[in-house]
Amino acid sequence: MSAPDAPRPVLRVQDLAVHYQLREGGLLHSRIHTLKAVDGVSFDLMAGESLGVVGESGCGKSTLARAILGLIRPVRGRVLWLGEDLTLLEDEDLRKKRKELQIVFQDPLASLNPRMTVGDIIAEPLKTFFPKFARVQVEERVRGMMKMVGLLPNQINRYPHEFSGGQCQRIGIARALVLNPKLIICDEPVSALDVSIQAQIIALLRDLQKKLQLSLIFIAHDLAVVKHISHRVMVMYLGKAMEIAQRQALYRKPLHPYTSALVKAVPIPDPRIAREQADTGLTGDMPSPFNPPTGCVFHTRCPYVVKRCKLDVPALRRMENGDWVACHRAEELDLTIRLAGHGAG
Amino acid sequence: MTKKADISIVEERSLDPFEAAMGLGDVKGRSPWEDAWHRLLKNRAAVISAMVMAGMLLLVITGPWVLPWEADFTDWDHTSAPPSLETGHWFGTDAVGRDILVRTLEGGRISLLVGLVATLVSLLIGVTYGSIAGFYGGMTDRVMMRIVDIIYALPFMFFVILLMVVFGRNIILIFVAIGAVNWLDMARIVRGQTLSLKNMEFVEAAEACGVRRMDIIRRHIVPNLLGVVMVYVTLTIPQVILVESFLSFLGLGVQEPMSSWGALVNDGAQDMESAPWTLIFPAFFLSVTLYCFNYIGDGLRDALDPKDRL
Amino acid sequence: MSALLEVKDLRVSFDTPEGEVHAVSGIEFRLDAGDALAIVGESGSGKTQSMMALMGLLAENGHASGQALYKGQDLMEMTAHELNRHRGRDIAMIFQDPMTSLNPYMNIEKQMTEVVMHHQGLHHREARAHAIEMLRAVRIPDPEQRIRQYPHEFSGGMRQRVMVAMGLLCEPDILIADEPTTALDVTVQAQITQLMAELRRQSNTAIVLITHDLGVVAGLCDRVLVMYAGEVVEYGTVDQIYYEPRHPYTRGLLDSVPRLDHVEDQELHAIPGNPPNLLALPSGCNFRERCVHAFDACHQKPALRDVGDGHFSRCHLDQEA
Repeated sequence: MSAPDAPRPVLRVQDLAVHYQLREGGLLHSRIHTLKAVDGVSFDLMAGESLGVVGESGCGKSTLARAILGLIRPVRGRVLWLGEDLTLLEDEDLRKKRKELQIVFQDPLASLNPRMTVGDIIAEPLKTFFPKFARVQVEERVRGMMKMVGLLPNQINRYPHEFSGGQCQRIGIARALVLNPKLIICDEPVSALDVSIQAQIIALLRDLQKKLQLSLIFIAHDLAVVKHISHRVMVMYLGKAMEIAQRQALYRKPLHPYTSALVKAVPIPDPRIAREQADTGLTGDMPSPFNPPTGCVFHTRCPYVVKRCKLDVPALRRMENGDWVACHRAEELDLTIRLAGHGAG
Repeated sequence: MTKKADISIVEERSLDPFEAAMGLGDVKGRSPWEDAWHRLLKNRAAVISAMVMAGMLLLVITGPWVLPWEADFTDWDHTSAPPSLETGHWFGTDAVGRDILVRTLEGGRISLLVGLVATLVSLLIGVTYGSIAGFYGGMTDRVMMRIVDIIYALPFMFFVILLMVVFGRNIILIFVAIGAVNWLDMARIVRGQTLSLKNMEFVEAAEACGVRRMDIIRRHIVPNLLGVVMVYVTLTIPQVILVESFLSFLGLGVQEPMSSWGALVNDGAQDMESAPWTLIFPAFFLSVTLYCFNYIGDGLRDALDPKDRL
Repeated sequence: MSALLEVKDLRVSFDTPEGEVHAVSGIEFRLDAGDALAIVGESGSGKTQSMMALMGLLAENGHASGQALYKGQDLMEMTAHELNRHRGRDIAMIFQDPMTSLNPYMNIEKQMTEVVMHHQGLHHREARAHAIEMLRAVRIPDPEQRIRQYPHEFSGGMRQRVMVAMGLLCEPDILIADEPTTALDVTVQAQITQLMAELRRQSNTAIVLITHDLGVVAGLCDRVLVMYAGEVVEYGTVDQIYYEPRHPYTRGLLDSVPRLDHVEDQELHAIPGNPPNLLALPSGCNFRERCVHAFDACHQKPALRDVGDGHFSRCHLDQEA
């Protein structure tokens, strides 16, 4: 795929799938339903790159995050971190990898133990992997982390419930950074925050990424947020990747009809533009993940559906400009977004 | 009509919080326990009950030292004597002339001791067992819980009688017998709580940070269990005291000359018509204790309001 | 022409163990038939509580004062019984989470017909027909069949559409929607907003949209009320608010929202500080400590001033001429 001297990806996910088996029925007659939360996702991530993952409910983005980190075991696929397949590691070896791969959660307060002080919360990963560190050393590093994420170090003995949502999220970020990881997965880190605080946290993450050369996987349902923080964006639908594109391309000329619908659906906070925003063109509702459609999973709602779409599953394939798309009609469709006043933006 | 201000001439001030906070000392945190404690203190019933219990404890411990009578001293001049201040028998005496007050207090020692020790035993076993079963889940959980179910199905009385017959009416045995049965309830409750805690995001976060399983149980699960456990403990103590009383009532409790409230109530019930004071005083102490623990338990439950913490 | 709804000096406070919390400190607005007003604010702004007070849905420890004149009658002065006659029939409210607003134990038909039979005294058959028509209007496919289903058998987006249908059953004059699309996927959100716009056009229903989503407001509403810490900080037409924001909070909000039509790498100017703590508000202007333009005068409370053409702002930067 890449030239021999091209930089190698730090993370390579290949055909990752997470299926849940649920049993329905009684004593005599029971059926097993398979929920394909993630059904064959592949992508690469370079060092210092930020990949946004967007999709609506049920698309599997959160499950994907946990599967990459090994918090959920996948049923198939490989997760190659710096060349090593994480899915093959034993529990204890996987645990040791946690130094390098971290996660920031969606609900800022729920991800913090209410009975531990902020200092203890941030110090915990440090004490787990470096039990020999002196207390003073640990405390110094914790204070440093707090300052780095914009928290006053003198708050170190306070408890999570004494902080606001945005501050709690900063604590979560500090905890994720304390071991100097190389990859951080952010699972909807700003969805639960007020609009004015979201911008603070997005700015913080952007800064930290640049400063620390982190690789980031940023999961969100808000396309506009993702646009501000990602280099590339992956769009998911019912457990599959529909498109992976450079962000400029995604928002101006998406290759997949679902991406196009998503982009058109986002209301722009500008009355002149908003009044003219077109219909998304989508019909129907999201199918149940227990019973995904045959062929292309999106065909039931796609305005460009043809016969082939109901029969053949489109593979995620590479287009000329380096972007990936899973659509039979990608070459022939022109999905350029024309927004009033979009112009040079 | 107002004039539009020219924003450009108004300076933007620096809102750098670090500047403002330079040189400030560490702020003291307010742990959820402190919050709960303050809430508890506002609950009058609980506070009064706690004070009564403290008084009760003081009485049963120091009372017998202060009083002139021994518990097994038989005052032949005053058998079945009603309470009076002149005789010195403030609570009266029983059929063989033993002072009811002293007996009640000493009986209190035994009852409370049984309550506390048996509860402690069931607490230690129950919390360990339940949290491990709940946390590890899967087959471990299923096997462990089936064992609990099986033991639960065994008739308690049969078990105790068997123990008594084999080992005699030893007071240590009472502790063991009661504790050994009570831990089952505690284990179930702890397991249930652990299951719901396991799904909390901060436990997932700890796992994602590479914290070892045992450390997660120790640092994240157990401290967040303590609330529920504490409430359950305060409601278990009266239960245990009652069980011991029941055993005494059946004649299986502590052996003479030691006594417990239950034994005293048993004895008193027999002389109820001729010497009601032999029943009333121990029964009163027993009831007050039970009420107090229940109020404290309720107060704790309200103070540790789940809406606020998890 | 008398207004459909006129709110004057609405105040709401709550008794809490930590003291009295002033959730809403005097809001005023006017709503005419067919208007679409947005009440925009974040946590602590008081936007939801102000509407709850209007509808008589405040929690037990809440107290409301002020006037809310619906066609000349003060809703705040009514007894629960009188208010009940207006609720649902003349003024309908839909909430954020359709899962908790619908009774999981009753099928949709029962829940919808109950409303209509109570308010309009229709017979069951007529009520049912009306309900089915409404479901069709909100584009629920196959309404005759689906009306007999239970809430859990609908997806989140469809449940919200059912809520909208229920809200509009009695053809109310006013529809109050409290964050109706926040819990929904963006494609569904687009459908619901479109639906509300259409219904507004068709039946001239006035809409009060409570939200923090500036994108939805831009597409649906014609006037905006911006709230911060219980007060109105700015009020005007949607064009005035978006293109000529006067209050630093409004400006800050608009600058901090990420937009799809932004250039990549565009700087997002965040509002510094934390959301207001209603128990510990700064002296003077509530927004003072987070405002980059704050100066001496801000230690006094600013009044809401007319800055022209029905545009109001509560800020000392707009000096009286």
